[in-house]
Amino acid sequence: MSARRAGVIAVWLTCVALAALVVARARYVTDLSAFLPAMPTPMQRLLVDQLREGPASRVILIALEDGDADIRARISVAMARRLRLERAFTGIGNGEPVTADRDREFLFQHRYLLSETVTAARFSAAGLKGAIADTIAGLASSEGLMLKSLVPHDPTGEMLQIIDQMSRVARPVAQGGVWVSADGGRTLMVAQSAAPGSDTDAQELALEEIRRAFAAESEAAAPQSRQVRMNLSGPPVFAVAARAKIQRAAVRLSIASSALIVALLLAVYRSPLALTLGLLPVATGALTGIAAVALWFGAVHGVTLGFGITLIGESVDYSIYFFTQAAAGALSSVSPRSWRQRRWPIVRLGMLASVCGFASLLPSGFPGLAQLGAYSIGGLIAAAAVTRFVLPELLPGDFAIRDITPWGSRLERRLLPLRRLRPAALWGMALAIAGVAVLLLYQHRDALWNRELSGLSPISLSDQRYDAKLRADLGQASALDLVVVSGPDLESVLRGAERASRALEPLIDEKVIGGFDSPAAYLPSLATQAARRASLPERSVLRDSLAQATAGLAIRGEQLAPFLEDVDSARSGALITPEDLRGTSLAAGFGALILRQRDRWNALLPLHAARADAPDIELARVRQALGGDGSTDAQLLNLKSESDALYTSYLHEAIRLSLAGLAAIVALLWFSLRSPARAASVLAPLILAVLCVAAVLSAGGRQLTILHLVGMLLIVAVGSNYALFFDSPQHEDGNGALTLASLSIANLSTVIGFGLLSFSGVPVLEDLGMTVAPGALLALLFAAVLTPRRAAGEPPDARQ
Amino acid sequence: MRRAICIGLLALFAAAARAAPDDLDELLHLLATRRQGHADFVEQHFLALLRRPVESSGELLYDAPDRLEKRTLEPRPESLMLVGDVLSIRRGGHRRVLDLKSHPQILPFVESIRATLAGDREALERNFRVEYAGDLGRWTLLLVPRESQVAASVAQMRIDGSREHLRHVEIRLRDGDRSLMTLRDHLGP
Repeated sequence: MSARRAGVIAVWLTCVALAALVVARARYVTDLSAFLPAMPTPMQRLLVDQLREGPASRVILIALEDGDADIRARISVAMARRLRLERAFTGIGNGEPVTADRDREFLFQHRYLLSETVTAARFSAAGLKGAIADTIAGLASSEGLMLKSLVPHDPTGEMLQIIDQMSRVARPVAQGGVWVSADGGRTLMVAQSAAPGSDTDAQELALEEIRRAFAAESEAAAPQSRQVRMNLSGPPVFAVAARAKIQRAAVRLSIASSALIVALLLAVYRSPLALTLGLLPVATGALTGIAAVALWFGAVHGVTLGFGITLIGESVDYSIYFFTQAAAGALSSVSPRSWRQRRWPIVRLGMLASVCGFASLLPSGFPGLAQLGAYSIGGLIAAAAVTRFVLPELLPGDFAIRDITPWGSRLERRLLPLRRLRPAALWGMALAIAGVAVLLLYQHRDALWNRELSGLSPISLSDQRYDAKLRADLGQASALDLVVVSGPDLESVLRGAERASRALEPLIDEKVIGGFDSPAAYLPSLATQAARRASLPERSVLRDSLAQATAGLAIRGEQLAPFLEDVDSARSGALITPEDLRGTSLAAGFGALILRQRDRWNALLPLHAARADAPDIELARVRQALGGDGSTDAQLLNLKSESDALYTSYLHEAIRLSLAGLAAIVALLWFSLRSPARAASVLAPLILAVLCVAAVLSAGGRQLTILHLVGMLLIVAVGSNYALFFDSPQHEDGNGALTLASLSIANLSTVIGFGLLSFSGVPVLEDLGMTVAPGALLALLFAAVLTPRRAAGEPPDARQ
Repeated sequence: MRRAICIGLLALFAAAARAAPDDLDELLHLLATRRQGHADFVEQHFLALLRRPVESSGELLYDAPDRLEKRTLEPRPESLMLVGDVLSIRRGGHRRVLDLKSHPQILPFVESIRATLAGDREALERNFRVEYAGDLGRWTLLLVPRESQVAASVAQMRIDGSREHLRHVEIRLRDGDRSLMTLRDHLGP
């Protein structure tokens, strides 16, 4: 016996050590790849990369509000000057023409490679005549006195053409030298962080820099009054806030729920030893769960850890059953040995039912969900095994906890009035409740499920609205719509971007879009540059053409010698590469529109809405324009609808898989109980509980998310134990009160744990908590009342 | 007699010296009483780059206190509209909005005319050293830019007129190029 005990404990410790080793060496990832399908399409990968590292993920919107507009402008300028020195940012925009001189110099130097109007025809005598006549008309205009210094070098007006090209997209309104909202009440800045959006630590530091700069500069600008407030928005702000919120909630909740459950168990057991031993299955389960995920998937997602810890709550129940039924029963008729014989098979069946439920998540294309399944299966099996094999060996001979039978008896008396009802009446009531629930669900059928990924977002609706308002002020309202051109190298995607630009151009006139950005506007493809360079004529040819062209014009031809010089050096000059952009504001603009993924390059062309008050773009027409051009390598990506579509596909899949899991549970119970009627009577209270919870949530205006679904699965998993215990024939231990008491305690710990989650303020945790807490309670109640009691010697399904 | 003339002239000069600021105020006050104005303009640019001056024409519209629109019709339609500190330029299908505070080099070109029309002495003197000559019947304002960046290219601006009507606006650049705008008020209500 003692050798057996040593053997069991040795095996257990070895397993724990191995699991700990795997857990310690596992790779943990906290990025969004949990949401990336296991077999992503290129578009889905691009979507996730966009969300993780794309330009949109790095933009921090800074709004200065209240106080005097001039003071805000001064603060904006001073903050921008300070932040531009920080490495944390690749760009700070506040409307000031900071790099304007360097930009102008660059654009002017490379005007013959950058201007779209550079063609051979433009440099023929006739072409030159037209272009120069235009320039002379420009000289007559109000700006003539300012333009005239350009003319000797650039009589064809390529520089003006480039400026036109660059300003196709609406810019925010500037006032006092800096950007302000349309109503002038808000001063706006845009910071682009150097780190990708998925690097939350770096984003947090960047936000700190901004807050420090504001504190210092607002103090300096208006020491006497601190009326100016700063608000930050944008994906980095949301990511940092969400992480802090989830961390705070997780720490607070795990402390609170641990304390409450420990207090509950101490009150019940009156034995610190029992409490300690009771945590062994949970701890072993959690460790094994993580190890299982690490072994199966290679890497463990942060999401899995977060939710897994709560899902493992079921394993607390096992030790509660064991102690309350076996150890307390030591006073009466049940010993650990008889528990093993009579109660363990019930727990095992309940555990297997849960495993069936969670196994249904394994094939999910949503890695977060699949990992949750693997984690729960590993954890539950380990926890049950420790309860069954290890706990009995660890119990000291004189182990005893308080007898909870009297408590159970009191509960039984409470339920007596209900139990006295005839089965027909009870089942009639149950059917009525189910009917009402189904009716409620049917009424809400159209809005039953939340199909938007933002349903899981911890960002409040008012924060989202504020963000949208700032974006509208900055002319970025529809930056969610992108045309994407992918290819094996930079040159090919720039060529693709140029083709896409030509296709999109007409849509601006048709008012389908307000404009678009393109990396090729900053850096044309080498092919385009080379073609422009090749279209420049030789010096002698150009001189002759120029003489012909200026013959009848007001301009003095001899003043244009610098033009001949510049064209000549452009003919032999090098083409522009990304390195040449360094030091200009164009570098940041270009960098933001090029996304490199390992061996794949992507050019991003964000579309701007035609009107700020109507931010939705007719995507069908954009798609048609892109397709009609024959440039099939350009694809339209709407970040919101694309991510919602991805989420919806996960949701649909999860619903299908959960139904399959339910079917597996039905099959398991049918097979194990050898009676469809018994299987039905075990399942009925669980399904009733799930229906009630779903109906109440829907009626209360909640749209169900994938987390609610996981919660429902958990109700079935936890509840199946309750129902199976009530279903077990009473004669085996003759103590229904004990069963009821132990189930109530297990149930109470579940309700405490999940109940606290519903006050976390984090939507995903709330969804889970508010499903499982009431669901588990209802499952116990329905199971206690509805499950037909089997008297001694009665055939299993005599009652039906 | 000769002494009398001398004394008379001296007195006249003294009076003129004393009266000059008042006369400028008087002129600006007179201009400020106009709530709106509408004039045709012809603008000529005399540039070394060109064999002959280039000419544009259109109309100038003013609404007190700070709205000025220059609508060019020939040779190429364009519109410059100044409201407060914001200058909108519309040419072809393009519209560009500039904030004057971030483009100080444009300011004197537009503010000279607007501040004169508005009779805003404070705005005039903030941007220019102002010299006034003549009388209300035929006056001349000579404006020399204060801002160094502007002064580097613009030597002076001269605005002349008769009572509340502007006649000419001339801009002389340091390199000798100049522009001359001739205005003819619409006679109306």
